[in-house]
Amino acid sequence: MRVGLFIPCYVDQFYPDAAKATLQLLEKLGVDVVYPPKQTCCGQPMANSGFEHLTTGCNELFIKNFAEFDYVVAPSGSCVLHMREHLHDDKNPEVAAQLSNKVYELTSFLTDVLKVTSLPARFPHKVGFHQSCHGQRGLHLSQMSELVAPGFSKPGSLLNMVEGIEIIPLNRIDECCGFGGTFCVVEEAVSAKMGKDRVEDHLEHGAEFITGVDMSCLMHMEGILHRQGSKVKVLHIAQILNGSPLTP
Amino acid sequence: MAQGIKDHDDKTHPLQGAGGLDHAALSDIFNQDENRVDWHDETLWWIRQKRDKAVNQLPEWESLRETASQIKNNVLSDLSNYLLQFEANATKNGITIHWAADAKEHNEIVLSLLLSKQVMQMVKSKSMLTEECHLNEFLAENGIDVIDSDLGERIVQLAKEPPSHIVLPCIHKKKEEIGELFHQYLGTPAGNADPQFLTETARQHLRETFLTRKATLTGVNFAVAATGEFVVCTNEGNADMGAHLADIHIASMGIEKIIPERKHLGVFLRLLTRSATGQPITTYSSHFSKPRAGQEMHIIIVDNGRTVQLGREDFRNSLKCIRCGACMNTCPVYRRSGGHSYHNAISGPIGSILAPNLDMEKYADLPFASTLCGSCSNVCPVKIDIHQQLYKWRQVIVKNGYATTAKKASMHLMSFTLSTPSVYHVGGKAGRWVLKHAPFAVNNKFNPWYKHRDMPEPPKESFGEWYAKNKNGKQ
Repeated sequence: MRVGLFIPCYVDQFYPDAAKATLQLLEKLGVDVVYPPKQTCCGQPMANSGFEHLTTGCNELFIKNFAEFDYVVAPSGSCVLHMREHLHDDKNPEVAAQLSNKVYELTSFLTDVLKVTSLPARFPHKVGFHQSCHGQRGLHLSQMSELVAPGFSKPGSLLNMVEGIEIIPLNRIDECCGFGGTFCVVEEAVSAKMGKDRVEDHLEHGAEFITGVDMSCLMHMEGILHRQGSKVKVLHIAQILNGSPLTP
Repeated sequence: MAQGIKDHDDKTHPLQGAGGLDHAALSDIFNQDENRVDWHDETLWWIRQKRDKAVNQLPEWESLRETASQIKNNVLSDLSNYLLQFEANATKNGITIHWAADAKEHNEIVLSLLLSKQVMQMVKSKSMLTEECHLNEFLAENGIDVIDSDLGERIVQLAKEPPSHIVLPCIHKKKEEIGELFHQYLGTPAGNADPQFLTETARQHLRETFLTRKATLTGVNFAVAATGEFVVCTNEGNADMGAHLADIHIASMGIEKIIPERKHLGVFLRLLTRSATGQPITTYSSHFSKPRAGQEMHIIIVDNGRTVQLGREDFRNSLKCIRCGACMNTCPVYRRSGGHSYHNAISGPIGSILAPNLDMEKYADLPFASTLCGSCSNVCPVKIDIHQQLYKWRQVIVKNGYATTAKKASMHLMSFTLSTPSVYHVGGKAGRWVLKHAPFAVNNKFNPWYKHRDMPEPPKESFGEWYAKNKNGKQ
């Protein structure tokens, strides 16, 4: 099985440790992972701003980089949802459709494709898990609180395999953090307030770390935590599942 | 006024109109009082929780939603025939049907009916359609005195504000503010904010209104095509009180209110109030089928842009909406921006997909007032894919030229950078360099991110750079 590693642009630039953890975790699990160097972005920032027609270049580049792989894995629910819903190529519609079905968010790749049942990871800390909406409501990584349906959580089941971890409860288990891509600057007031409220829920329950499947939500919450002078840190879930998040 | 929004009549600062402040600006004003935002958020979240509790008592909830969605899809696929069937049956029952192409025709029909009876005062129960048509303002200009009989509507009417929520019109008002309004307009003692006392005062005041008004107007929740009946749902019984005492009952309905048969009420009545407030059913679900002896009953069936929406394939199913307001209560943006920030009669997520159909330029901001979290689509009792439509409206609005020049330029630059790996790599490196060595260039008041959030710490190298050094060729 050859897996192409897709690292979202902002993770590449600002959170290389999350990307390294993703790579190392997949390698530990015996996956043959390749990172195509000429990758950039899924195109979602344009598309969510109403400029999906400007994403042709991103789509073509993505197909060029990843069409050859058995699977594409990315440490992001949001970017994967975008590729699943919107990756297209007018010249090669079938190639695009086939590829879009092969793109997986990291945790669901672990649970659904690799069918991981144990992880050699230890993290003896109180951790708040943030349900990023696109992964949860878009990719159905976890059950949604609005529905009358049995509960489940793919990332949650993986965190439960980590020795010593304590997942804290939250008042609002799946409220949006307010990042929302360009929403975070276009609607600055509401975005920042949503972020403050989300962070507060984690702090109130004694979180030492906040984790999730999307670094974008975590970047937003980190910005607020940092401004408040809080010592609480954010970590991508790959950094916890990989077992050694605190050493460089 | 509390939200810094000017009076509804203040034309220099239109709540509903091009040239007014957009959602982001109105939200910014609302957020200047953080305690109020917290209170507003908690109040609506409490209603969302009541909804959750109620729906979880029905194991068949999801299948009820699916059934309702399919019934409404069926209605929309054959709407003209259902409407004609409804007209024929209602007429047979002795109800007079009027057709209104738009808000103006609707308002003129109401006025002409009132004038034909020499009625200058009317009592009205809650109808979002009449809010959409700005009926109260129109009638006031024509010398007709309208009293809203729904308590929440009455409160915002006294405050000269539009409703901020379709089910809970005055949810943005604290009880102390309502006490002050009642003191001013209904003569209650200053400083009395006891909800029970204030409600009783309103009740006494409205009783007099009911007894003296000769005309009443109600909304319509469901219009049954097979029988020509209509159903009006209220918690206060105010629609019934009005209808039972008035000589002329006018009911206004949008063309989408049709359901095929009476039995379908068994689906919709179970969904409506559980979704809206967490109650199993509205206190009053009143069926009107014919005028009583000596009474006139009229139904005005209104299009006002709905057939245009019906023609928009991507947005057609927004017409399934039964106006429960669940999408507002669950929306994390709505809860923190208030209903008035949507500058439209219908606020929140559903308002944001309905409004651009009526005026794309005026409401170009609304589909962007969302993080696309998707909670709205999940609570919707008729399964409207609200967040997907928000995304689609964004594309339509940009294609129709309603994006600002600066936004267009930045998007083209972003598209170029992200389509060209070499430019992206140089740009990323430069950006991280600036953050590290000249943070003041980014961390300033011109960067909206920085106002309440710090920028991430720039790492010494990107993942791509690290991978090239450490991993390439080592597999």
